[in-house]
Amino acid sequence: MKRVLTVALVLALSVGSAIAADLKIAVLAPLSGPVPSFGLSTKEGALLAIQEWNAKGGVLGRKIVPIVEDSQCTADPAVNAANKVINQDGVKFIIGEVCSGASIPVSEIANPAKVIEISPTSTNPNVTVDSKGNTKAYIFRACYIDPFQGGILAQFSAQRLKAKKAFIMYDQGNDYTVGLANAFEAQFKKLGGTIAGKETYTKTDTDFSAILSKIKDANPQVVLLPDYYNIVNLVTKQAKEKGINVPFVGGDGWDSSDLDLVSSAGCYYTNHYAPDDPRKEVQTFLKAYAAAYKDDSGKPKVPDALAVLAYDATNLLLQAIATAKTDDTTKVKTALEAIKFSAVSGLITFDKLHNPIKALTILSIKGGKVVFDSVVQP
Amino acid sequence: MPGRNKVTKKTLSAGQRRGPPLAWVGWSFLILLAVVTVLYVGLKAVANPILFLQNLLDGLKLGFVYALIALGYTMVYGIVKLINFAHGDVFMVGAFTSYYAVSRFNLHMWPAAAFPSISPNLAVVLGSLTVILLSMAVCVILAVTIERVAYKPLRDAPRIAALITAIGVSFFLEFFGALPFVFSARFIPYKAPFSTHAWYIKDGIHPIISGQASPDNTISFSNIFLIIAAASILVQVLLQYIVKRTKIGIAMRAASYDKPTARLMGINVDRVISFTFAIGAAFAGLGGVLYAIAYSSIYTQLGVLPGLKAFVAAVLGGIGSIPGAFVGALIMGQAEAMTMGYISTPMRDAVAFSILIIVLLVKPTGLFGEPAQEKA
Repeated sequence: MKRVLTVALVLALSVGSAIAADLKIAVLAPLSGPVPSFGLSTKEGALLAIQEWNAKGGVLGRKIVPIVEDSQCTADPAVNAANKVINQDGVKFIIGEVCSGASIPVSEIANPAKVIEISPTSTNPNVTVDSKGNTKAYIFRACYIDPFQGGILAQFSAQRLKAKKAFIMYDQGNDYTVGLANAFEAQFKKLGGTIAGKETYTKTDTDFSAILSKIKDANPQVVLLPDYYNIVNLVTKQAKEKGINVPFVGGDGWDSSDLDLVSSAGCYYTNHYAPDDPRKEVQTFLKAYAAAYKDDSGKPKVPDALAVLAYDATNLLLQAIATAKTDDTTKVKTALEAIKFSAVSGLITFDKLHNPIKALTILSIKGGKVVFDSVVQP
Repeated sequence: MPGRNKVTKKTLSAGQRRGPPLAWVGWSFLILLAVVTVLYVGLKAVANPILFLQNLLDGLKLGFVYALIALGYTMVYGIVKLINFAHGDVFMVGAFTSYYAVSRFNLHMWPAAAFPSISPNLAVVLGSLTVILLSMAVCVILAVTIERVAYKPLRDAPRIAALITAIGVSFFLEFFGALPFVFSARFIPYKAPFSTHAWYIKDGIHPIISGQASPDNTISFSNIFLIIAAASILVQVLLQYIVKRTKIGIAMRAASYDKPTARLMGINVDRVISFTFAIGAAFAGLGGVLYAIAYSSIYTQLGVLPGLKAFVAAVLGGIGSIPGAFVGALIMGQAEAMTMGYISTPMRDAVAFSILIIVLLVKPTGLFGEPAQEKA
């Protein structure tokens, strides 16, 4: 009798699990290759989100099972990993890849297979848009694309810095800086500001004295410098020597531990999030992350932007599945397009090109430290 | 061999005969270009004299840095007829040496640590001088080693072989330096051994307080500019003295003029050549430190463009001529500053290298150079 009962129980359980099987989500992260630290952060962020959902009972009453694959930030391994999870594991949802160069080929496989892919951090427009300019229906991203920062910086300059006159200097040979500069100019003019001057340089330049003399002469209220930290260090130092005390503003290229905080005092740049942002989402996430992960010396880890975006991407996906009340990807995709989700990196909605429209965090440099300044909502 | 010499001579004299009409076209083009440039810059200067003076000052700063590098090119060329393309990378090593001395070992702090009672200003001066001297010494050792290993075995080889070797050494230094366990390929923020002070000129000289704006329509300059200018002029004077008045200088000139005869006269030509490389490298090291202090972001290819522009300066002044290199460098600095100020910053390199082409077309011997002679 006892045995019969056991058999019945096992049967019942297996039938039950057949109805509500585990929900598999693949995480494609570059755990080896050129950017292993990006991969680790991405994996940690995604897994933390899955753990939290499982602790609340999973999604649609089903347990979420992550399948982590090393995609190496490179097209071939990423494509192999995507084929493996889609064909062998029967995965219908992918979080990843980190690098645009790997996310684009993965999207070419995922989209025709109606597998939803959310890249947390790939900024290249072609991740979500094909070569003909059509949106790939099943592909999304959780980060903003580069030029988006330019518009936000213009809004920040016009509204918070109350600037009427801006000066733009950018590297003419870098799509990143050109994109930001153009987006800034368009948005700043739309907000009623004037562009006092626009100067270009090349990435090998070290002497910016002539541009800075022109800035001094033009007397703008803000200068856009959307470049990487090495150029920023040179420009801000030379600006201080010339007695220029106008705030320089820039994009996430400034984000580096090598940024010269003395020369760039009084300047602002955008980033995906700030650990000292007081919003509840940020602080709860920070605590959960610190509890879940320790660094090599055993101290709780502070998540970087990659961990935040992977966490947000995973939450977006699971929230969309919960809203759609099914794991049918066509319905989940529709739910994602209509989503309004309060993520760690800000309130996220999607535009027609499946790029998120979300708030940007502005950081300011004060007293030798980078501190949270404000959140700008587009 | 004698046959080949004859051929060269023939071509040369034929070129000279055909030369004048072509040179006439070249010269009038050059004069036209000069007139247009002077008119254009002059008009701009009248429109905004303050901006013009500021550009002039910034151009001087660049020019003085180029002068420190150009001297090395011109001296080495004068003696071994080799364009030492690795010179710009020796300059880079100078910058990195001072970076490690300051950021890792706090060498610039030693006077304050050893003699706590010393005045802080004196401590800074002594500390900075130590860092500069150390960088110069490292550059000297590096350059003499390069000369022994890479150039000396090729001294009797065709000149093109040594030139290609020099390019090889240059690439080696850049890419060896870019290895993660050497200097790494990153842009490294440079910490100067002394702090920067800037002043502006308006009814006298006033300091610019960091984080505060200086008044409009003023000219500003910094202590770095003053130090670069002083170092560059000092080096120029010192070099003139060495070359004209000392025994080794006389030996250098003799070796430059005729090596086999100089050797017959009892001059140790190898030692003279090593000495020439050493002086050039010392000045490049000094230039490297000052450049890194002025433009505080260093990476392993930082010597490439200043090196090439200093080379243009040396050609412009007449390669082999020491005052020529100095004047050429100052002209290059102005050409760049005026291009940046009145055309656009990305045009600066194009203009700099156009100067090289124009000089080579119109007056290959440069401003101070002697006409090339075929020596026996």
